[in-house]
This record gives sequence, structure tokens and C-alpha cells, in this order.
Amino acid sequence: MLQGWVIVGISFAYLGLLFAVAYYADQRADAGRSVIANPYVYSLSLAVYMTAWTFYGSVGRAASDGIGFLPIYIGPTLMIALWWIVLRKMLRIAKENRITSLADFIASRYGKSALLGGVVTVILVIGIVPYIALQLKAISHTFTILLHYPDIVMPATDAALPVLQDTAFWVAMILAAFTILFGTRHLYAAEHHEGMVAAIAFESLVKLLAFLAVGIFVTFGMFNGFGDIFARAAADEQLRPLLTPLEGVAGSYASWVWLTVLSMLAIMFLPRQFQMAVIENKDERHLKHAIWLFPLYMLAINLFVLPIAFGGRLHFPDGTVDADTFVLTLPMAERQELLALLVFIGGLSAATGMVIVESIALSTMVCNDLVMPVLLRLKRLRLSERPDLTRLLLAIRRWTIVLVILLGYLYFRVAGGAYALVAIGLISFAAVAQFAPAALGGIFWKAGTRRGALGGLLAGFGVWLYTLMLPAFARSGWLPLSLLEHGPFGIELLKPQALFGLAGLDQITHAMIWSMIANVGLYVSLSLFGTQSAAERRQAAAFVDVFRSESGGRRFWRGTASARELHSLLARFVGGAAADEAFAQHARASGRRWPDEDLVADAEFVHFVETQLAGAIGAASAHIMVAAVAKEEELTPDKVSELLDEASQVIVYSHRLEQQSRELEAASAELRAANERLKELDRLKDDFISTITHELRTPLTSIRAFSEILLADPKVDLAERKKFLGIITRETERLTRLINQALDLAKIESGRAEWRIAHVDVRDIVNEAMAQMSQVFKDKAVALAPQLPAGAATVAVDADRLLQVLLNLLSNALKFSPAKHGRVEVVVRQTDAAVRVDVRDNGPGVRAEDMPFIFDKFRQFGDTLTAKPAGTGLGLHISRQIIEHFGGRLWVESRFGEGACFSFTLPVAAAPAAAQDRTEA
Amino acid sequence: MAEPQKRAPRLVALCMLGCLLFNYPILALFNVPGTLFGIPILYAYIFIAWALLIVLMALTVERGGD
Repeated sequence: MLQGWVIVGISFAYLGLLFAVAYYADQRADAGRSVIANPYVYSLSLAVYMTAWTFYGSVGRAASDGIGFLPIYIGPTLMIALWWIVLRKMLRIAKENRITSLADFIASRYGKSALLGGVVTVILVIGIVPYIALQLKAISHTFTILLHYPDIVMPATDAALPVLQDTAFWVAMILAAFTILFGTRHLYAAEHHEGMVAAIAFESLVKLLAFLAVGIFVTFGMFNGFGDIFARAAADEQLRPLLTPLEGVAGSYASWVWLTVLSMLAIMFLPRQFQMAVIENKDERHLKHAIWLFPLYMLAINLFVLPIAFGGRLHFPDGTVDADTFVLTLPMAERQELLALLVFIGGLSAATGMVIVESIALSTMVCNDLVMPVLLRLKRLRLSERPDLTRLLLAIRRWTIVLVILLGYLYFRVAGGAYALVAIGLISFAAVAQFAPAALGGIFWKAGTRRGALGGLLAGFGVWLYTLMLPAFARSGWLPLSLLEHGPFGIELLKPQALFGLAGLDQITHAMIWSMIANVGLYVSLSLFGTQSAAERRQAAAFVDVFRSESGGRRFWRGTASARELHSLLARFVGGAAADEAFAQHARASGRRWPDEDLVADAEFVHFVETQLAGAIGAASAHIMVAAVAKEEELTPDKVSELLDEASQVIVYSHRLEQQSRELEAASAELRAANERLKELDRLKDDFISTITHELRTPLTSIRAFSEILLADPKVDLAERKKFLGIITRETERLTRLINQALDLAKIESGRAEWRIAHVDVRDIVNEAMAQMSQVFKDKAVALAPQLPAGAATVAVDADRLLQVLLNLLSNALKFSPAKHGRVEVVVRQTDAAVRVDVRDNGPGVRAEDMPFIFDKFRQFGDTLTAKPAGTGLGLHISRQIIEHFGGRLWVESRFGEGACFSFTLPVAAAPAAAQDRTEA
Repeated sequence: MAEPQKRAPRLVALCMLGCLLFNYPILALFNVPGTLFGIPILYAYIFIAWALLIVLMALTVERGGD
């Protein structure tokens, strides 16, 4: 016999076991060895999708229309194929923004809008309440049925019972207490409830095993396998339509399709699914395996739905037993006490799992996106001055859980009797489907605006209220039934279940069509015809481009905040130790020091704190709190243009700086070059002075020596005396020449020399020079061979200076020509632009290594060591200076041992006519 | 070895295949009396197609590393 206390005792023992599992997982998580960090637990935790609705309701629906329940599981399978694209993106976004709930996700996407977060939360609470009611109904009904074991008695209408005698009320209270224990023992960082996830995964195993057990029992225990059941069903007149149900008992293909779409959206946006799939996910890679593990679970749990449904219909042909209870009543009818108990525990698993996760998710949302934003805005409460708000946050969440579950109970009392399980669940599905446009559009479409999301949500939700909730209340007697039959105020077009005359569809399809038209239509049109604020645009880019901006991107943020203030803000919500740790970690990562009294937070830092805070109280609330401390400046168009101005000014400055630095560089290079030149000149001057004094001393020494001889010895004979006086005279001449040349050079180099430029014939000058030198050439017996052109070679020069050059070159040639068979050639040639003069000797030539220096001052070549130098060492240098002054060029060509050829060119005079005149004159 | 870049388009293709298999008119072809191994044709078809889809999804995601 199954006494009441036995069932209650076993139920509590089971809940205790769950709690132990959760406790163990929490301990492991604290120790850093998570039990939930693997794809199998992740997939099992996703199976929170399968609630009491699946556990009992699928069979109920299958018993009436064959396969009408299947789209609810096939839809998710199709959606999960897209998870790699959709859910992976949502996971990444949630991780980067520390999203805590679905409301947080949508609010955060549309510029951290507190209003939008609040609206989403309200819609979810209202939309999910019927679903929670369904779980309560399932538990209390099955408990009541099991209590009557072995008799099968359908429970009476619950509304008849006073609240305190109602099982469902006590079930609600126990579940609330249990959920509070599970989800709000302390504040979890970013809402990771490891223990809860482990418990839910465990529950998923239990319900699967229980369902498979009853399925196998019915199929192979009560009947002889699948074939037997279906053969008997085919033989039954009433059941035969169920075997080809489409376009028949299971409704049209349209409702099949809409049910599939609805389930596709539900698997994404039911708060418990979002909680499990996105918020509680430990690792994106788990998704990869869940993509096939979770559909496999759904397939497994649905395998025996049809056999049980047909088995039930065959076993209870008179229809007195509610098909929703077949899973339990079939084992009971066969007196399988333990199996019935296992089924009850399985159903309990399915229901508690849903209620726990759903109400935790809702409590997070209500706390973060509804209550906190309002409380924080109420200046009177001075909430922002309280040192520790973690207790307040927990209290809000606990009360929300109680409230949500009580609302579920209320709905169960009011409307629960009017509907089968599946119908109630679908109403909730249709409510959460309203989030699809805003959420899916938000992650793939940057142009979606806050206004569009808000408008779409409110419109879709409005239609949902009107077409699904209103009829539910009307049927439960709260509103007059005439509303459904004739429309409000008798306007037929506005009938809630045939809006604008759209009739002939089941109510879910009807509601989905109108709500989606309103929702998507407003979302898209308001987005297209509206504008986004800066914050919206920033969040839109952060969401849509989440895979592109791994680095976090730049943050536009202007304002000031002290790190100390931010720290105390964070500490208030997450506790001091956690805040310390977060700050230290961030400081380490960004190369700063913490604690540091004077640390001024930059944009990156403020964003970091806001994200941390968002993990505790949601994006919208976190934004309000941080904004209060950080005093962010609003980015108005004026501000933006100001920013642009600043930026362009900076660019101009930097250009100018660059240019100036380039100019400075050039100037300093010039200065360096000038300095080098000056140093060189200084060195040259020193060299010059030391050389010239040396040169002057040589003849002076010899003059002095001979003078002293003559002075000291008066008896020197005449011949000797004459010889000495000759030397003295020559040396004096040389001295004079040297001094003259030095003066000459100084004049030329300083530009103070006088030049009497006139048109002269080079041939005249050459002849003059040869005439002057003829005697010395004869003395040394060196041949002088001139080669002059027939015509005049007129140049504009100072004749005396040119003569000086020629004399110099000739004496130089003579000096190096060997006596007796020496030969010096003088060649004058005229080309179009220049007159060229070559003076060639057959002396020893110039050594290659001496070539570059031959025109330098005081360079004397030849055997300077043995022979006394005959020249001054200035001649060639002066010659070159003169020729260059005339605009010509003087150079030497020579190979050592083969003589040397000194050549110069002079430009032909500009006015040859005048020159002609002059030569003729 | 399937390169991971192709995983997303393959899964999208599988989703579209699923939409085709579980929809009018393919579904209507099996909505007829008769049995396959004792199981009504429509039910047999849906569960077999469903299982096939899951197997294909598993093959797609499990091949070719991360």
C-alpha cells in the first residue's frame, strides 16, 4: 500500500538527494574541479526542456491526435542544427558582456536600456506563470492519483478545495523553499549555479530512466511489442484515425509548421533554456557535442510516447481516465507499485527541474532588470550609499521566487482546470517566442533599434494577451464567454480567437500569426525609420561583431572616475574580497598597480568595472550605478564635433611639428657641414702658416750663411765672392717670388685680387710665354715644340694672369724634363665652346698616388729628399685658382715614367667680333 | 577531415534538410495507412528521419577537430 506519508517521505528523500548532488557539485566547483564542465552534463542540463508537460502531457496529446506532440521536439532539433551559428554567438556575447539573463541580454543589446529590460522581465513573468502552474498541476494531480492506489480515481476540480487543503499549494510552497535553497544561498558570480546544474542534469537522467521504464513495461509487459499495440489500434474504429493523423485529428499542416517554428524559438528563449544553454555554459566547445547529444535525448524520451498513448486508449477505452495520466495510471492498473512510484519520482524530477531553473532565472531578471533599476533611481532610499547590498539582492531574489511560484499557483487555481497540460505549455511558448525578433535581430542586424525592439515586444505581447490569455480567463469564468463568441462590444472582427475574421486555425497558430506580424513588423519598421543613440550603436556593434572584436575594441568614453570609488561600488554588490581580487587581476593584466590611491580610471577600466558589476546586477543596473560614480559625459552631436575638432587640431599640430623637426634637422646638418668646413679651413691655415714659414726659412738660411762667410772672411777671393753673392741674389729672388706668390694666393683666395678681363688671343700669350722661357729651355737643352691653330683662339681673361699660368706650366715641364733630350710640347686647340691648351713633357711623370694632391699648396714632388726643390710649391695651386676663376678647368694626365700632360680649357669669349677687332688692332 | 570552416554551412544545410523532411509535401507522402515492421508508416518515417538527422549532425560536428 502506498500511504500518503510514504509518498511524501520518498519525495522528500529524493529532493534531499538532489540537494546532496548540488552541494557536492558546489564543493567541487569551489575546489576548482568542476563536475559540470563536460558536454554530457551540459547536454543533460539542457534537457530541463522536458518538463512534466513532456513527461505526462505528450502522452495525453498523442492519445487524442497521434503525432501532434512531435513538432515540440522536432522544432528544437532543427534549431539546434543552427546552434553552431546562433547559440555560439550568443554564448560569446554573454561571456564578453557578463550577461546574467535573457532580459539582460536584450536590454544590453539595445543600449543597456533599463526600460527594455523591465518590459522583457514583465512579459516573461506573465508568460511563464501558466507554465509553472502546469508543473504544480502535474505534481498535485499525480500525487492525488497515486494516493488512491490501487484504485484509479481522477482528482476532483481543485477549485473546490480550500487553499490550505490543496495539495498544489503545499507543493508550491515546498518547491519555493527548495528553489531558494538551491539558487540563492549566496550570490553567484555571473549567475553560475554549478550545484543547480548538476542537480538538473541528475534529474534529467532520472526522468529519462523513469519514462523508458514505463515505456518498456507498457510495450513489452502489457502488450507484445510495438507491432502488437499498433495492430490492435488499427483494429479499433476509434483509434484508426490516429494512425494517419495529419490533415485530420492532428490538425492541418499549417498548425504543424507553426508548432515547429514555435518550438524552435522556445528552445532558444525560454528563460530556463537561456539560463542553462547560455548563462550556465562553462565552455563553448561543449556546444559541439550537445548539438547531437541533446536531440538524441529528445528522441529517446519520445520513443515510447505513442505506445503508451495507444496502450492507454486500449486499456481504458471508456475515456474516464485522463490521457495526461496514462504514464502513471497504466502501471497502477497493472498493480506495479514500485514502477508507479518511479514514474511519480520521474514526473517530480521533470516538474521540479523546470520550476527551479525557471524561477531562478526569473528571480535574477526581476531583481536585476526590474527591481534594482527602480530602487537605484529612488534617491530617497539612498541605496547607493549603503556599504553592502548583497543581502538586499538575495532578499529580492528569494521573495521573487516565492512570488513567481505563488503566481503559478494562482493561475492554476483560476485557469488550470480549463485546459489540458499541452495547451497551457503552448501558451507560454507563444509568449517567449515574442523575444525572437529582438534577440535574433539583435545579434545579426546592427540597425535594430531600442525603439523597434520595445515596440515589437509590446505589440507582440499585446496580441498574445488578447488572443491567448483573454480566452483562457474567459473560459475559466473570469470574463464573460460572450467575449469569445461575439467579440468585445459585439464587434465580430475583434473576436480574440478569430481576429479580423481569420478563422479555421487552432488558437496557437492564430495567435502566432498575428503576434509575429505585429512584432516583426514594428521591430523592423521602427528600426528602419528611427535612429540609434551612441550607446545603442556601440552595443549593436559589440553584439553583431562579437567574433570580430576579440580585443574588446576601442571605447568611446569621456569622463572621470577614481578607482577607489569604483572599488567601493563593486564591493557593495559583490563583497570586498571579490572586488579586491577582480581589481588586482585587472591591474596585473593592464600593467598598473592596485591598490593605488591616485589611480584614475580610464575608459577601459570603467568598462571593466561595469562588466563585473553587470555579472551581479545586470547590465542596465550596472550602467546606472557606474554612471553615477563615473560621471560619464553624454555624447551629443556637439560633443562629437568637439572631439573631431580636437582630433583634427592634434593632427595639424603634429604635421607642423613634423615639418619643424625636419627643418631643424636640415639646419643642423648645414651647421655641422659649415663647422666641418671651418675646422678644415682652420687646419689648412695652420698648415699654410707652418709650411710657408718653413719655405721662407730655407732661402733665408742660405742667404744668411753666405753673408756670414763674406762678413767673417774679408780675404775671400773675388771669384768666390762673386759666386756667393750670386747665390745670395738668387735666393733673395726666390724669397721675393715666394712672398709674391703667397700674397697672390691670399688675394685670389680672399677674392681681393684685381682682374683686368679683356679679349685676348691665346696664341699671343703662348708665344709670349715661350719667348720668355726660350733662354732657360736653351740652357737646359730641352726642345720646345709649339703647335698652334691657324685662326685666333679668343678668350676673355686677364692676359697677365694667363701668362703667369703658362709660365708656371712651362717651368714646371722644364723642371721635370731630362736635360739634353728633353722635349716639351705646347698644343693649342679650339673647339666650339672652348680653347684647350696642353703642355706635355717627357719627364718621369706623376705617380698615381700623387695625382689627387698635385694641385695642393706646397706639394712638391720628385726627389724631394735628395734634390733641393726648385719651385715654391704654390705655382700649380695658383694656376688652378686662376683658370677656375676664368671659368675653365686645369688638370693633369700622366702615367708614371711616360711624362705628364697638364691641360686647361677656357671658354670661348662671348663676343668674338670684338675680339677680332682687338687682335687686328 | 572536414575543415571546421565548413561546419556552419553544413549544419545550416542539415537544418534545411530537416525542414524539408518534416514538412508538407514530403510528410503527406507518408500520411497513409499501412505499416513498416508493424509500425504505422508515418510514425516509422518520422522517427527514422529524425534519427538520421541526428546521426548526420553528430558526424558533422564530431569530424575535423575543433
